Amino acid sequence: MAGGRTRLEAAAALMPQVIPPVPDRTDEFFWNGIAEQRLLVQQCASCGLLRMPPVPMCGSCHATAWNPREVSGSGTIYTWILSHHPSEPDAHPRIVVLVQLAEGPRIVSNLVDVDPADVRNELAVTVCFRQIDGVLLPLFQLAEEQR
Amino acid sequence: MTTGAVIAGIGQTEFSKASGRSELQLAAEAGLAAIEDAGMTPADIDGMVTFTLDSNDELLLMRCLGIPELRYWSRTPHGGAGAHTTVQHASLAVRGGAAKAVLVYRAFNERSGRRFGQPNQRVTPPGWNAYLPFGLDTPAKTYSLEFQRYMHRYGVTNEDFGRYAVVARRNAATNPRAWFHGQPITIDDHQDSRWVVEPVLRKLDCCQESDGGVAMVVTTAERAGDLPNPPAHIAAIADGHLVNGSVMFNYYHDDLAVFPEAEFLGRQLYAAAGIGPTDIDAAMLYENFSPIVFMQLEALGFCGPGEARDFIVDGHIDLEGSLPVNTHGGLLGEAYIHGLNNILEGVRQIRGTAANQLPNVHHVLVAGGRSGMILER
Repeated sequence: MAGGRTRLEAAAALMPQVIPPVPDRTDEFFWNGIAEQRLLVQQCASCGLLRMPPVPMCGSCHATAWNPREVSGSGTIYTWILSHHPSEPDAHPRIVVLVQLAEGPRIVSNLVDVDPADVRNELAVTVCFRQIDGVLLPLFQLAEEQR
Repeated sequence: MTTGAVIAGIGQTEFSKASGRSELQLAAEAGLAAIEDAGMTPADIDGMVTFTLDSNDELLLMRCLGIPELRYWSRTPHGGAGAHTTVQHASLAVRGGAAKAVLVYRAFNERSGRRFGQPNQRVTPPGWNAYLPFGLDTPAKTYSLEFQRYMHRYGVTNEDFGRYAVVARRNAATNPRAWFHGQPITIDDHQDSRWVVEPVLRKLDCCQESDGGVAMVVTTAERAGDLPNPPAHIAAIADGHLVNGSVMFNYYHDDLAVFPEAEFLGRQLYAAAGIGPTDIDAAMLYENFSPIVFMQLEALGFCGPGEARDFIVDGHIDLEGSLPVNTHGGLLGEAYIHGLNNILEGVRQIRGTAANQLPNVHHVLVAGGRSGMILER
């Protein structure tokens, strides 16, 4: 179809398009944890500082030894947006959230199972694990008391 | 007080959406214009600085311009965040004796070639795994997570952001170099433009994607003494980076409703120049998106936290106001040449040759949040 989008292309634009992660030595523990449906953050083996996103040395005590620590998956919405495709108005929007985890670190994720009109800063959320476009992702839902 | 370095020449191509020529040609045309504007010849240039993201090879640009010998080159990281850092490198080079005159340039086909506003298709830089799989695939989205916190903290709305866009487009409308020359907008136009990132950015909050080239010649005040155009003295120039910061994903400082890197930058600039915010006659503030102007106005001390909305509504940033901002139309109205075109406007205001020339300009602050300078007449 010259000049226009095919029906297939239009349908593809409506699908959530997940760009799969390409883990490296620094963050493969996180994605290995996701494969087991566990939310892991990096914890310094020496001083106990939690650090996310992960880095290979503790900026506080300079230890390179660290451990993955499972967190509760509970947190609050620190900030959020409804993300539209920049030039395809029909594309499916996603709610992107920056979650303040109960243990301290913040992580970026998507909020699911909620009407965008109901999203507010500071709402309590909990992690869930969903397969989207063949990629298992840690996503967040409103905590039970907020639903 | 000045650093002893000056911007002695400025040059550019036209700003467009389809230049019809290579990025190297744009760099060469802008570079030659800057050298001629400085009253120099290519043989006077012995240093070059550009962005790490620039596609133009220094040695090929030397061949185009016929620069016989180069003694210094350098590149600055992180796109627009380092736009002013290019001039910092150049000024340090000429003051330290590594070079006598440095050509700073940035040229790209950012609309007809690779568009920065379109989604990234794959994870490339390390660390982006934490963002791209969740749909943070454009600068509009990555920055909006910070902007939304600002809105939440101070009760600012998208319509408030539109007040800046109206000012930028009004300034562009009377600037013949601007892509949006002759095309002012109203707040209704802004509110009628479609959402890009809800509830933060509409289309008219976003900078352009542009084709074009911009260049400058940096040398010492001493060398500039016998040049034809009045030099813009660099009174202060600095970067501002903080631990746990990030250019694209600055989500890890305690409070995201403030811009601590810009606060740090401002403290350094004012201390080095020996002046304060009330001594600044105009400000050119890098705006990939309109909310960043609000956060910089506050961080750089032009108004208090949460006061940028009223500062703008009260007309302070208008051409007739106490602190005219982006008098050329900014990156929304003039063009997006990665912020370097804002520095050119600062130089023009100092020289007295801007399209929307202000009276009695002595100090212009040009900043991109985490890098910036104060220019002095």
